[in-house]
Amino acid sequence: MIAQATARLFAEAGYSLYLVARNQSKLEAVADDLKVRGAEAVHTANLDVLDYSQHKVAINAAINTLDGLDLVLIAHGTLPEQKACEQSFDLTQKEFGINTLSTISLLTYLANYFEDKGQGTIAVISSVAGDRGRQSNYVYGSAKGTVTLYLQGLRNRLHKSNVNVITVKPGFVDTPMTSGMNKGLLWAKPEKIADTIFRAIDRRRDVVYAPWFWRYIMLIIRMIPELLFKRLNL
Amino acid sequence: MPYYSGWRFDVAYERYQSWGRYPKVEQEARILYWGDESLPTYECEDKTILPFGNGRSYGDVCLNEGGILLDCRHMDRFIKFDTETGILRCEAGVLLSEILQVTVSRGWFLPVTPGTQFVTVGGAIANDVHGKNHHKAGTFGCYVRRFELLRSDGARIICSNDENADFFSATIGGLGLTGVITWAELQLHHINNPFIDQEIIRYRNLDEFFELARESDQTYEHTVAWVDCLATGEQLGRGLFIRGNYAERIEGKLPQPSTTRLTFPVDPPFALINGLTLKVFNSVYYHKQWSKRTKSQVYYEPFFYPLDAIRAWNKLYGSKGFFQYQCAVPTEQMKNAIGEILERIGKVGIGSFLAVLKLFGDKPSPGLLSFPMPGATLALDFPNSGAKTLHLLDQLDAVIREIGGRIYPAKDARMRPEDFQAGYQHWKTMEAYIDPHISSSLWRRVTAQP
Ligand SMILES: Cc1cc2nc3c(=O)[nH]c(=O)nc-3n(C[C@H](O)[C@H](O)[C@H](O)COP(=O)(O)OP(=O)(O)OC[C@H]3O[C@@H](n4cnc5c(N)ncnc54)[C@H](O)[C@@H]3O)c2cc1C
Ligand SMILES: NC(=O)c1ccc[n+]([C@@H]2O[C@H](COP(=O)([O-])OP(=O)(O)OC[C@H]3O[C@@H](n4cnc5c(N)ncnc54)[C@H](OP(=O)(O)O)[C@@H]3O)[C@@H](O)[C@H]2O)c1
Repeated sequence: MIAQATARLFAEAGYSLYLVARNQSKLEAVADDLKVRGAEAVHTANLDVLDYSQHKVAINAAINTLDGLDLVLIAHGTLPEQKACEQSFDLTQKEFGINTLSTISLLTYLANYFEDKGQGTIAVISSVAGDRGRQSNYVYGSAKGTVTLYLQGLRNRLHKSNVNVITVKPGFVDTPMTSGMNKGLLWAKPEKIADTIFRAIDRRRDVVYAPWFWRYIMLIIRMIPELLFKRLNL
Repeated sequence: MPYYSGWRFDVAYERYQSWGRYPKVEQEARILYWGDESLPTYECEDKTILPFGNGRSYGDVCLNEGGILLDCRHMDRFIKFDTETGILRCEAGVLLSEILQVTVSRGWFLPVTPGTQFVTVGGAIANDVHGKNHHKAGTFGCYVRRFELLRSDGARIICSNDENADFFSATIGGLGLTGVITWAELQLHHINNPFIDQEIIRYRNLDEFFELARESDQTYEHTVAWVDCLATGEQLGRGLFIRGNYAERIEGKLPQPSTTRLTFPVDPPFALINGLTLKVFNSVYYHKQWSKRTKSQVYYEPFFYPLDAIRAWNKLYGSKGFFQYQCAVPTEQMKNAIGEILERIGKVGIGSFLAVLKLFGDKPSPGLLSFPMPGATLALDFPNSGAKTLHLLDQLDAVIREIGGRIYPAKDARMRPEDFQAGYQHWKTMEAYIDPHISSSLWRRVTAQP
């Protein structure tokens, strides 16, 4: 949903878009919507991100169709069930596959493409959960934390090639991923996150928290000494 | 599924309320994100479900106490828009405001719009809403070409005037009971620009209203009156008559679209609560306009949606919520009936902040339980002062009952079953089309055996 909301902003601004997802009927529904909202053109392609062998093909298809890319947004993800992962390495591995390795695989191709091109923007959705490991959520947290760290290095590498790498760290967002949870004060709508992403791209930011106040919440969380942190029920 | 569970901030999630914030009920909610999902009937063998749009209904038509709400707001994708013909197809959770954002700049407007743009297409169909152009255009349902109805057994019924016409008419004004509308196709109205040529006329009493309305309804697309509820005697029913047409062309320099250019003084939020401040407000409102007539060209938003300028204005009535009361009365009796109602309100002195009066036209709706009837309609707001308010509303019911009028379910939280059943003669026919897994607080209330 965050991806859809962001794509709408680009559609309204008249961009050409290339959507990649695993579900064909959802892809079509979103593509139709973006066309009505004003996108110059919308193309779609099917990809299950766990199918690593197709990553290069998919990226090349996008490059060819759009006649080159200016911007990519990587926004897929799943929220693992922490307790189930504690009992199953297979499950943990799969979650790392979706949330971490697939992203790294895509980024490997994309980084080289943009590096050659000498310009462009790569925006990737990580999470505040990747800022510190917590007992309730450390499988997801470490999967996202790896992405955050990877992007940090990539940003450093691509800076000289004029490529902007943006790490987006949303807090709680009301989307299918979090359905069934009680939604309180700190929750944001995907449109809000989309807005932050859109502006971050425009302003060539490096790391953005969405909404902004998470920067300070996470600052505090990270400052708690480990000696104390390990005793907390977080 | 515990996620972030150690530090979750649980605050009551207020989304699933109706606009009047009365009644308050216990219910669960599920979100439908995609039109091709099936309904969660497997989880609720013993519980009923009810589609929920954007909660802009005032009473309990969008509530399902003890049951499950299906939040349809996230099915909010456009499907196709033909800028030549003005035919728009979209999912049912799209808001009217979102439609306007996309279509106005391309020369198309909603054929019918209620007084807020924050309602979903599904909600607009289910209550078969009307607007200031009812006398010319009829209801929203008159412009619905087709839609898909998703039933709890998984059936998907395409409905139009010639395909499953019975489900088509049971669903328009069907109060969400026949199934979930997943998408709909609408015929929009062509406009040259987003402006309205508006004229506001101060009139002195009910007779003047009826005269003005009859005359204006011939030549004006949109007409409505704001009534000073607390005026009595000779001045009973006095107010401002507002009429407008889509502007042919923009006069002078392009006026800046801005919702702050309000024609109405909608500022005194805290004054709404007690009788004294109401009195002051109604009177100030009436005298707001010094000259008898003013003409201007206004952007469509302040013309159609003056109340939308204050988001969440419903909270100003406090946590007990408030009642909206809207009735329709047939032409022959309308003068007396409206007079009688205004008199009763004037007497009790717990007047309404907003009183809106309009003549309905005779264009029939395809809807089986559609609210409008040829005649007049009056809409009123009352703070919830418990028994006192309920007693007054019961008295108003008596007037309606006597003359064969009816009350609008979209705004109701308390009408009696007898009055619903007398007002909506087709309610029994409706039962055949109701989905066996769907029900609402309103429906259980108004079909209860006396
Ligand atoms: C300020 C204000 C001004 C208003 N002015 C007017 C006016 O001028 N004229 C008028 O007619 N009304 C008016 N209304 C009432 C409002 O237009 C209706 O109540 C409308 O139906 C609300 O739509 P919603 O999307 O919020 O639906 P909700 O209130 O959430 O639900 C309304 C009904 O629609 C059903 N429903 C919702 N989505 C679906 C779906 N996808 N499939 C099937 N059923 C569905 C629900 O079950 C329920 O029965 C006004 C309301 C406000 C707050
Ligand atoms: N929601 C939050 O609170 C939150 C907080 C922090 C970060 N995030 C991150 O934000 C991003 C967007 O999530 P969201 O909240 O918008 O949730 P979402 O609506 O569930 O979006 C996640 C998307 O990932 C897709 N996906 C999952 N597995 C896939 C696979 N194997 N192959 C291809 N696509 C796959 C899903 O596709 P299907 O529709 O086909 O399932 C879905 O479209 C994710 O990276 C998420 O981790 C979310």
